[in-house]
Amino acid sequence: MSIKKTSLNNLHNKYGAKLVEFAGYQMPIQYKDGIIQEHKYTRSHSGIFDVSHMGQLFISGGDDLTNELEKIFPADLKKLKTNQSKYSFLMNNKGGIQDDLIITKTSDGFLIILNAACKYNDYEVIKSKLDNQYKLNLDESLSLIALQGPEAKNVLNKVIPGCDSLKFMNGNNYVYKNEKVYITRSGYTGEDGFEISIKNSDAETFVESLIENGSKLIGLGARDTLRMEAGLCLYGNDLDNDTSPIEANLKWAIPKSRIETEFVGSEVLKNQFQSGVKKLRVGIKPDSKVIARGNTKIYNDKNQEIGKVTSGTFGPSVEHPIAMGYVDNSYSTVNTKIFLEVRGKKIPANICNLPFYKKNYVKGQINV
Amino acid sequence: MSEVKYSKEHEWIKLDGEEAIIGITKHATEMLGDIVFAELPEKGSHVDKDGTAGVVESTKAASDVYTPVSGEVIDTNQMIVDDPSKINEDPEESAWFFKLKIKDKSEMDSLMNKEEYEKFAKETSA
Repeated sequence: MSIKKTSLNNLHNKYGAKLVEFAGYQMPIQYKDGIIQEHKYTRSHSGIFDVSHMGQLFISGGDDLTNELEKIFPADLKKLKTNQSKYSFLMNNKGGIQDDLIITKTSDGFLIILNAACKYNDYEVIKSKLDNQYKLNLDESLSLIALQGPEAKNVLNKVIPGCDSLKFMNGNNYVYKNEKVYITRSGYTGEDGFEISIKNSDAETFVESLIENGSKLIGLGARDTLRMEAGLCLYGNDLDNDTSPIEANLKWAIPKSRIETEFVGSEVLKNQFQSGVKKLRVGIKPDSKVIARGNTKIYNDKNQEIGKVTSGTFGPSVEHPIAMGYVDNSYSTVNTKIFLEVRGKKIPANICNLPFYKKNYVKGQINV
Repeated sequence: MSEVKYSKEHEWIKLDGEEAIIGITKHATEMLGDIVFAELPEKGSHVDKDGTAGVVESTKAASDVYTPVSGEVIDTNQMIVDDPSKINEDPEESAWFFKLKIKDKSEMDSLMNKEEYEKFAKETSA
């Protein structure tokens, strides 16, 4: 299978990107400044992320669509207002997460943003669960650009006036070069920011105008360190088919109104809500400068294995190694002493609160 | 001072009598990206040619540092442990990794000179 390129591929090369294959796409891991500078620029100013490899699935048709989708997703879709977004999951019958996603109610249906590596499978799963009764369009004629950071609203407002009035986890239609663009206020960095769905043919000039207004392209490397500092999960690392949203410490994303109702995986979730879970996702802060990466084994003070790290790096803004992982629930309390096995040595660490970096969402507006 | 030699694992080594200074090359730092962690061998320990003698980590991944020759570790550079970003700034001078008292100078023979290393680095990163 040949490797795919996004509509920003020429720009990535122009700005000196180091390109790698990610989920079948040629994507920038970093640009000339490197991961740490890119990370810090996003936190202090704003960063542009090409996330066009992610799936943009539009579902429409039929009055029963909302009911049918609630049989799949554990979100309160009936209460969702047009242009409002919610974080949710596609689960299997065992309550394991097949993908984590953002559902937005549109004027004629729903838009679901899917992880790149999962999108084709998600499409098939959702289509078959909907019995082919609805119109599904995994639209690859659109690019997806994230603009993140404290200056994101000012930069974007110069290019697309009016978008700074959007509230967090809300979207709307705007016009760019006489074409419709759909913008949501959301992101994956712990900063205020936007995701802009735009025609492939307009993506390059749009991004150039963001750069002219002071923003910079940021690679997947910094996207990863930013999301880890924000305590956000990466599908495939921190979430997978054998892990439920409850175990992933994401039960805030399952509204109380849905717990007693039926959806894929609801039996298992209901049981976990009542009886608790064996393992739980936690934040981990090593005492020293040693970095514990994914798959690092976690031990208690009696040298018994109690879990494993699923993501770990050096946090450029917190200036310390950070990690998250799953531990036996009895060790999940904040400040519990644990040990990480790195290169044969047991490195002391503590269970800590997430996020590592305090969120900076729009002041004076509604946070979720 | 004798010439600098290079290993296929992207270490440089400078020999002065029986003492060798070892570090990683500029090319290696460019491949690694921003270095955020360095671990060095213990002073007084013995390291064997091509064996692990340290670790560097970037934000992305961990990489072993190998020693191109055998010997006893007589000094290590605490500066790069305290501030690993120095390795990106000045890898082939002030940000050296460790000094060895070497046993067998002939172990140097199989290493590359500057010209050979540059060619090797170019070919392997292409």
